[in-house]
This record gives sequence, C-alpha cells and structure tokens, in this order.
Amino acid sequence: MLDNVIIGQYIPGTSVLHKMDPRAKLLGIFVFIFVVFLANNWLTYGILGVFAVAAILLSQVSLRYMYKGLKPIFFIVIFTFILHILMTKQGEVVYDLGWLKIYNGGVKQGVFISLRLVYLVLVTSLLTLTTTPIDITDGLEYLLAPFKRVKLPVHEFALMMSISLRFIPTLLQETEKIMKAQMARGAEFTAGPVKERIKAFVPLLVPLFISSFKRAEDLALAMEARGYRGGEGRTRLRVLHWGFRDTGALLLLLILAAVLIVLRTHG
Amino acid sequence: MKELITVNNVSFQYPSEENLTLADLSLSVYKGEWLAIVGHNGSGKSTLAKLLNGLLLPTSGEVKVENYTTANEKELWEIRRRVGIVFQNPDNQFVGTSVRDDVAFGLENFGVPRDEMIERIETSIARVNMQGFIESEPHHLSGGQKQRVAIAGIIAQKPSIIILDEATSMLDPMGRKEVIDTVKQLNEEEGITVISITHDLEEAVRADRVIVMKQGAILTTGSPREVFQNEALLLDAGLDLPFSLKLGLALRDYGVSLKEQHLTQEELVDALWTLKSAD
Repeated sequence: MLDNVIIGQYIPGTSVLHKMDPRAKLLGIFVFIFVVFLANNWLTYGILGVFAVAAILLSQVSLRYMYKGLKPIFFIVIFTFILHILMTKQGEVVYDLGWLKIYNGGVKQGVFISLRLVYLVLVTSLLTLTTTPIDITDGLEYLLAPFKRVKLPVHEFALMMSISLRFIPTLLQETEKIMKAQMARGAEFTAGPVKERIKAFVPLLVPLFISSFKRAEDLALAMEARGYRGGEGRTRLRVLHWGFRDTGALLLLLILAAVLIVLRTHG
Repeated sequence: MKELITVNNVSFQYPSEENLTLADLSLSVYKGEWLAIVGHNGSGKSTLAKLLNGLLLPTSGEVKVENYTTANEKELWEIRRRVGIVFQNPDNQFVGTSVRDDVAFGLENFGVPRDEMIERIETSIARVNMQGFIESEPHHLSGGQKQRVAIAGIIAQKPSIIILDEATSMLDPMGRKEVIDTVKQLNEEEGITVISITHDLEEAVRADRVIVMKQGAILTTGSPREVFQNEALLLDAGLDLPFSLKLGLALRDYGVSLKEQHLTQEELVDALWTLKSAD
C-alpha cells in the first residue's frame, strides 16, 4: 500500500541537468526567481518560455512528470487569472456584461501572472526531478557554509536532513507493519466516515511516535560510539564537482537576465 | 598474552535507579581472543559494553583500553576508534543513506583523508562480503546485511576490538550465521579481539572464554566447556542451556551412557552414532 509512495520526485537520468553540480542548480534557481520578475511584455515572457522549455528538454524528464508537478497549482493559476481579469481596469473594454466589464489590460495581466507562476514551478521542479535529495542537502551545506560564522548550525542542519531522508523509508515500512497489525485486530483505515478514519489513525501514530524516539536514542548512541563529535575536524566522502557546464549555465542565466532588462518595457 | 582492556573495580549506577547496575567488577580482555559475556536481562552486560568504549563512565573504578582511560575525555576518541560496537537493532545504527555513506560515517568523524577513505571503504566492504551492495539503500537490505555493513564501518576504522552487543538477537537464523561467521573470520584471520555480549548460549559455545554475569557481578569465568559443566549455575543465572547440552542431559537421565558433555550438535551426533561401536 505504501510501496508506491515516492520519496522526493527524483527521476534517475544522465542528462546535462542531472550531471550539473547541485550548487549550480540551487544558485541557478535562486537567480531564475529574480529573472522571472524582470519580464513584463509579450516578448520577454516569450523568451522566458523558450528558456523554460529548453531546460525541460535538456533534462530529458518526460512531460508527464512535468504535468504532474503542475497539477497542484492549476487551481492557483486559474484563480489568479480570474482575479486579475476582474480587478484590473486598464486598457480598452473587450467584453461588456453590463455589471461586469473586462478590460484587455486585465486579460494581459492575468496571462502574465499565470505564466510567471507556471515558469517558476516548472523550473524549480526541474531541480527536484534531476537532483537526489542527498545531493540537494550537500549543495545546501556548501552554499550555506559562510553562515557558520554567524553561528548558524549548517553542518547539523545538513546531517539532520540526511538522517531524515535515510529514515523515511524505514518509518514507512514500520507504519505499514503497525497498520497491518491493527487491521488484523479489526481496525479500519480505508473505509467508513472521515471522522472514524481519522480516529483510526491515533492508535497508528502513538506506537510510531514511541518507536521513533527509541530509534533516535539508539541512533545517537551508535553515532557517538562511531566517534561523532560535530562538524569540527570532519572529512567528507561526498564531494561536489563544479565543472565548466556549471559556470556556463550560470553565465547563460545572467545573459538571459541582461537580455530581459534590455527588452522589457520601461517606464 | 597482551592485555587490551582492563576493568578495575568498576561500579556503575544509573541516576534513576536505586541499585548498582555493576558492582565492583574487574576483568581483563586479551589480544586476539573471543570473549563471550553472557547473562540474563538486567545482569548489566550491556551496561558493561557501553563502559568499555566510554559511552558511559564508571561511577567508581577505572576502564583502560591499551593504556588509554575512558575517564580522560581527550583519550575517549582514541578509545572509540579502537573499540567498535555493533548494536542490537540493525536499523537504528545505520546512519548513511547508502552502504558506502554509512561505512564512511566513522571515517569522516575521525578525519580520515578522502582518498584513503575510499580505499578503506572498498576493502572493508569486501571483507564482509557486501561488494554488490555498495550503492544500496538500507531499506533494501536484510537485517543480517545491515549488521555486516555495521561491521564494515567498524573495521574500516582499523579497530583492535569489536563488541557485539546482542548484535544477532534481532536476526533470523540465516542472518545470525552470516554475522557470526563474518566476525569469526575477522577474529581468526586478522586477530581482531571480539567481545560478544549475548544471552544466547549457542553463540557463547563458539567463544574462547565465557564470562557469566548476574546482577552486576561476575558469577563465573572459564572456557565454554568448563562453564557449561556447571548447569545449576547457568540456570541460576537465568540462562537457557544450549539444545545439545539439554538433549545430552535428558538422554543421560533416560539411561544412555554418554561419557561427557557435548557443546555442539555435531559433537552430540558423533557421540551418539559411535556410542555402541566404542564398546
């Protein structure tokens, strides 16, 4: 039952995007979020669209997965679109219902904001689709390293993330085991009124919580036994390789930003 | 024989408990031996394991490992590199997201340079016969395989002592055999000292020396053959005799003239099928 729960959404592959350094991808997304806000006319939105589609094609991730990533935000996209049509009163009236006037400025604004959302979701989901969670963790640890000076526990944070990632499947297996044990004694998780089903989860969560605390205690002991004493003096097995393509990708983004600044409508 | 671990008059008390968990305990562990520490739940044997690498510090007395003492915090890391513990629950000691990352964890802690780390990881994974699983994630491994990865993580640190703290009690018979065989091999071929803490006397039969514990004190010590001679004592310690011993006893009660004790099933079988031909 829980077998088909996918942790993260990583799709294994060998594309250029898969091979990129997670740091480059994280920085790239960070820059892209600002770049998206530079676009303000049809041409600049078009250029951004070409860029997003090119990135998706480069990743070799099937469009089905991209669609799956977009599905949850469809409602928000449509909602903002309608909101803009109703609220923005600029340009000429293109449709008149008497009590409601739709302006072409509103339509334009609605399309732009919707596109902005779609671009953001598409490109950020490319990060999780082409990077394993543990690589993202490593990338974050490196990128946040400067903040250690202001006493931000970066190493601990990264270790916590990687331990959580490691224990997600274990806890899922355990949940399944407890569920089966409860079902064998007549508990019902999948049928009945919602209220009853929520109630049925309490006896599932309590043992899961207790065993998680036990696990945490055991794990802390095992880590200490193996000489763990914080990030100080620690070497690392996992290293990240920053290559030409990473520098190249970031440069490309900066060029994109420059082009958008030139082509966007000023004033 | 060289003495690796010296426990001198150690007492230990958990802050939340009234009685001493360990009372004035002294023992020595020698280089290259396989020592089994057996005892019932609450006999203090697991507490003893944690004292041996400084996870717990004695309330009084001293624990020394190769001239380092656990009381000195600076020497604790030297001790923990030398004394590795395989714990009971295979899942709760697997830190890394893959076999390779997990074996690396200890090496990273001790600041081993990356090139050397890669080399040591490969040899130690090969040592426990897990070559094909280097990229595997823990939830795709069996309990026995996870325990072998834990052993690989320890031998990568080049320890002198491996402690098995009930390390096989959560495994099925196959996994149990995998783990014991692996450790036995390390013990015989590399001279790594093994301390196996268990309540399973079948496992203790394979040791060079057995220490029986009860209520925080040592009841008796000797070779498995000597210790198992005294059945009343083992029963007093709350332990279950190995199957071949029990069967031997029952047979003798029944009138079969078995001359001595048989610690393993093979010994007993051999004795039984040659029983009449000896006359």
